[in-house]
Amino acid sequence: MTTRIGIEVSIAVADAVQLCNADVVAAYPITPQTHIVEHLAELVANGELDAEYIPVESEHSAMSACLGSAATGARTFTATSSQGLVLMDEVLFVASGMRLPIVMAVANRALSSPLSIWGDHSDVMSVRDTGWIQIFVENGQQAVDNTICAFRIAEDNRVLLPTMIHLDGFNLTHVIEPIIMPEESEVAKFLPPNKFPLPLNPDKPVAMGSFAAPGIFIEAKWAQEQNMKASKKVIMEVWNEFYKAFGRQYLPVEKYKSDGAKVLILTMGSFSETASVAVDELIDEGKDVGQVRLRLWRPFPFDEFRQAVKDADVLVVLDRAVSVGGPAGPVASEVKSALYNLAKKPKVVSFIAGLGGRDITVKGFKDIITKGIEIARTGSKNEYEIYGVRE
Amino acid sequence: MEKLELYVPRLIQKKEKFAPGHRACVGCGEALAIRQTFKALGNNIIVVNATGCAEIFTGQLPVSSWEVAWIHTLFENTAAVASGVEAAYKVLRRKGSPLPANTKIIAIGGDGGTSDIGLQALSGAMERGHDFTYICFDNEAYMNTGIQRSSSTPFGAMTTTSPVGKKSIGKFSWKKNMPEIAVAHNIPYVATATHSYPFDLMAKVKKATEMPGPAYVHVLSVCPTGWRSANDTIIRQGRLAVETGVFPLFEVVNGEYKITVDVPKLRPVKDYLKIQGRFRHLSDENIAKIQARVELEYQKLLEKANHGGQKTKRSS
Repeated sequence: MTTRIGIEVSIAVADAVQLCNADVVAAYPITPQTHIVEHLAELVANGELDAEYIPVESEHSAMSACLGSAATGARTFTATSSQGLVLMDEVLFVASGMRLPIVMAVANRALSSPLSIWGDHSDVMSVRDTGWIQIFVENGQQAVDNTICAFRIAEDNRVLLPTMIHLDGFNLTHVIEPIIMPEESEVAKFLPPNKFPLPLNPDKPVAMGSFAAPGIFIEAKWAQEQNMKASKKVIMEVWNEFYKAFGRQYLPVEKYKSDGAKVLILTMGSFSETASVAVDELIDEGKDVGQVRLRLWRPFPFDEFRQAVKDADVLVVLDRAVSVGGPAGPVASEVKSALYNLAKKPKVVSFIAGLGGRDITVKGFKDIITKGIEIARTGSKNEYEIYGVRE
Repeated sequence: MEKLELYVPRLIQKKEKFAPGHRACVGCGEALAIRQTFKALGNNIIVVNATGCAEIFTGQLPVSSWEVAWIHTLFENTAAVASGVEAAYKVLRRKGSPLPANTKIIAIGGDGGTSDIGLQALSGAMERGHDFTYICFDNEAYMNTGIQRSSSTPFGAMTTTSPVGKKSIGKFSWKKNMPEIAVAHNIPYVATATHSYPFDLMAKVKKATEMPGPAYVHVLSVCPTGWRSANDTIIRQGRLAVETGVFPLFEVVNGEYKITVDVPKLRPVKDYLKIQGRFRHLSDENIAKIQARVELEYQKLLEKANHGGQKTKRSS
C-alpha cells in the first residue's frame, strides 16, 4: 500500500508491532506512552494480534517479564516513558548484558521533579549507557518504519541487542499524521522469524545469567562492546534493505542543506523538522546555514558524524536535557568528545531548550542559531546556554 | 517410618538435577531443600532464580550446578521474569513451536527476594494468574550479604542489622507471614515445608506444579551460619521448628486449610530457641512473649483447618 492514511502516531506504532507479529507484550501504563499499549491490548483482545499481553504491576516488572519472554525465544515488545524508563534502569542493563533482543518504544518525557508529563530527552539521557541500540525518529512514518527495522536489527544473531525507538511524547505520540502503513505480506518478507540461538528449553537446558568473577567479567563486557560496535554494520544493512523494499531511506546521521555550510545546527527527534524550517528561512536571509540530525544515538556513529560536520566552522547543538552542573548538554558533550582529537573541527556551542514540553518555534531556532554564531565568535563564560528562560 | 533406608531408594529418584560441587556453606539447609525439591520435579521444568545464596553458590560463570534449564536476572523481579517465560511458552506453543508440552515454570528465591524486595512482583504475578510455582527458601535473613535482617527474620533474632544492644533485643518486629499473603491472593495452592520433612516437601512441590495457575510454597531452610548453630543439627532444628509450632506444616488447596504434619502436643519454643546462637540473649520474659505468640498463631491456623472441614486434633 502506498496511500497515506491519517492516523495517530501511537496507534500506528502499535499497528507496526502487530505487523511484526509480536509474541509477547508486557507493559505498564504511563503518559504519554498509553495509547501505544492500549491499542496493543485492544488488538490482542480482539484476536487481531496473536500475542500474550502481560499487564504487569510496574515498569520494572514490564522489562523483567520481557527478559523472561525474550530468553524463551518470543518476539518481545514493550513501551514506556520518563519515570517508567528510569524505574526500568536496572533491568535495561540486564537485557543488554544477557543479549536479549527486546524492542521498546520510548515516548520521551521529562523527569520529576517538578512533575511534568510533557516531552524532553531527560529520560533518554539517563539510560544512555545501558547498552541498548537507540534510534531517534522525527515523525510518525519514521516511528512506524523504525519499529519494524528494530525487530530485525535486535533479533539478528550477529547483534542480539535490545533496541529502543525514541519518539517525542505528545509532539509525536499524540498527533495524527499522514502515514503509509506497510502491507503485512511485505513486512513478513522483510522481517524473518525470530531465531534466538539459545532459548530456555527443557530439552536443551542452558544456564543463563550466571554471575561473573573478576577473572571473566571484563571479557563478558568486551564481547558485548564488540557486538555493539559491530551492530552498526547490521543497522545500515537493515536500513538499506528497508529502503529497497519500502523506498524510505534512513541513515545514522542525516544531513539537511549542510554540505558546504559554515554553520550547522545539530538536532535529534521531532524538533528537527522545525529546525529545518528555521534553516530554510535563514538561508533565504542569506545566512550560510545547514542542519545535521542524529538518528542513531547508540552505537554513536562517529565516522558519519565527523564526516558530516568536517567543513563547518560552528556547530550549534540543541539538547532537550540538562546535565546540571556538567560540561554541556548531554548531546553536546558527546559531540565535543567525538571531535576533540581532530585537527580541524567546528566550534561547538551548546544550547539547552524545550525542557518539560516547552515549545521551540521556528523563530526560537533562528534565535538559537544566530546566538550560537555570536557565541562562537565572542566566546562565553557559560559552558552551555539555556534558551527561553523567563528570568 | 521403620526401615526407612529400604523404602527411600524406591520413593525418590536417584538422579540429581541439582549437581554436587556447589559452594554452599557446610550444613546448608537451603541446598538440601533445593536438592529435595528438584528430585521431585523431573526434567521438564524451567527454573527462574532470584539473586541470593542459591544463585551465588550454584552459578558462577562458566560452571553451573543446574542440570535443567535455568535463568537468573535480578533480585526483586523473579516472579515477573517467570511471568514472561510462562507467557512466551504459552504463545510459542500456540503458534506451533516445537517446545515440549506441560513444561513447569519454577521461580525460586530467598526470604529477602520474596517477602521484601520481590513482594510486589510476586503479588502481581499471583494476581495475574500465571501458571507457575514460586518457592521461597526462607533462611530468615539476608544471609548472602552477611546476615542482615529481613521482614522474614523472627522476633528477637540477632542479625547484623538487628544487633543486640542496650536498647535492642534483636529484631523488634514479628516475622512477616508470607504464606498468608499468598493465600490472600486466592491462588489454588499454598503450602509450607521444610527439608527436615523431605517426603512432605517433595509431595508439596510436586502438587504445587500440578495445580493449574499460581502456587506458592514456603520452605523453612535452616542456616547454621546465620542462625549461629551447629552445622550438623539442621534436620533437628527444622523438626523442632515444626514440633514447637514455630513453623507449622500445612497446605491450602483452593482456600481449604489442611495441617499435613500433625503435632499432637506442641513442645515449648525454648527447645527450638536454645540451640540457636541468634536467640541466645533472649530473657525468659522475651521467650514467654514468643511462646504466647506462637500458641496464638497456631490456634488460628487450627481453627482455619477445622473450618475447612479437616479432621485436625487440637494439640493444646
